Amino acid sequence: MGLFDKLANIAAARQGLEAFGVDPFNVVIEEILSPTEARIGGQPVLLAGTNNYLGLTFDPGCMAAACQSINAEGTGTTGSRMANGTYAGHLKLEEELATFYDCRKGIVFSTGFLANLGMITALAGPGDAILIDADCHASIYDGCRMSGADIIRFRHNSAIDMEKKLKRLGARTENTLIIVEGIYSMLGDRAPLKDIVALKRQYGGMLMVDEAHSLGVLGEKGRGMAEDAKVEADVDFIVGTFSKSLGGIGGFCVGNHPGLDLIPYASRPYIFTASPSPATIASTRAALPLLRDGVALRKQVWENATSLYTRLQQMGFKLGPEISPVIAVRLGAREESLAFWQVMLNSGVYVNLVLPPAAPSNSCLLRCSLSAAHTPAQIEKIAEVFSTTRAQLAG
Amino acid sequence: MPVPDYAEILADVEDLIRRFIKNPVTIEEDTELVNGLGLDSLLVMEVIQEVEDRFDIFFPLNTLAEIRTVKDFVLQIQREIGG
Repeated sequence: MGLFDKLANIAAARQGLEAFGVDPFNVVIEEILSPTEARIGGQPVLLAGTNNYLGLTFDPGCMAAACQSINAEGTGTTGSRMANGTYAGHLKLEEELATFYDCRKGIVFSTGFLANLGMITALAGPGDAILIDADCHASIYDGCRMSGADIIRFRHNSAIDMEKKLKRLGARTENTLIIVEGIYSMLGDRAPLKDIVALKRQYGGMLMVDEAHSLGVLGEKGRGMAEDAKVEADVDFIVGTFSKSLGGIGGFCVGNHPGLDLIPYASRPYIFTASPSPATIASTRAALPLLRDGVALRKQVWENATSLYTRLQQMGFKLGPEISPVIAVRLGAREESLAFWQVMLNSGVYVNLVLPPAAPSNSCLLRCSLSAAHTPAQIEKIAEVFSTTRAQLAG
Repeated sequence: MPVPDYAEILADVEDLIRRFIKNPVTIEEDTELVNGLGLDSLLVMEVIQEVEDRFDIFFPLNTLAEIRTVKDFVLQIQREIGG
């Protein structure tokens, strides 16, 4: 048996896509024109699946900061945070993140994925337990596997099932890390964080919240779900990313626990990879105050989300359980979903196609993510293309 | 509550698995969960949730790598029940 034999299922799925004449997983953006517009396949396309919630990727201040940093510090650090890859900007960003969250410590990682890997593998090990929501992101699952701890799942957003598992853990909760997300990336629903915090208080354990999709979107200052639910004091670690609302790339963790000082020495995903480039750090530092003070941007992204969700609901589409900047449209079979996605793209609207196992509950999704940068006319066009695509495929 | 023995767990697991597979198939102890029954990763997770509730145990995901057949699955459940 050869090394590639285990990829036979993937090969078959890829062949199926080729036969269908669609490959939604190899879209090339030939030209990016703005936070919401691009050229794909030679035609202008409206982007409705980029996670660019606040639309900051083309902010002039952030772009100027990145350019200035390249001119002053070069294109890359060429080294790990632990070796030659910590510049003054990395430390300043860590301090600024800590100040933003009103926490003692901030740690910058090279991506959001690595922030999850880095925190989970440093915190949990063999003999410990990790209790995760079933719909957690792949980076959380991978971090759990790498840690060697016992991985226990509870049903998505079910405080009842979580309590059942905590009860079974008994005294082991002392060595248990609980992990949930603020807004879940696929269906756009929020964690019942007040209930989760109450259970953590009752049964014990440490709580980590991944705010990847809620940073900039929820909370008065945009700190995320924990701020929105007013439970920040009970969350031990907040993990997040620079690659969505902050318009860059990178990841972070903030918290008050004194043990966080040890993470940079214990976390292999922190140590054994190059640090974020100076330009990335500079644009993120410029974006952070915009996010913090971006009350109008938050209001706009929620208005846009409400507008599209309501329109799609009125049209009779099956949607995720609640309004959020992530709007998941549930479709039927794989072939129908592929065709739907392709017709939408041909009609000038890009959304994410999500197939099982990435989509929960064995369903196929067309996932939209809304931006504060979307105009009312663009929201209207997205809704209209959903409607015309359905009509075209039905006919 | 009396602790179920291997045969009882096997019978329960067979019933439970049947609820998740589309086509009627013969389930033997050496039937492979993925290759033999066609359970994909999502269905395996669903089955595990049901097993956890049915036997009031944990089935840590990190033990999955060692489980290939129905028998492996039943033995792991038995180990978890035994504490």
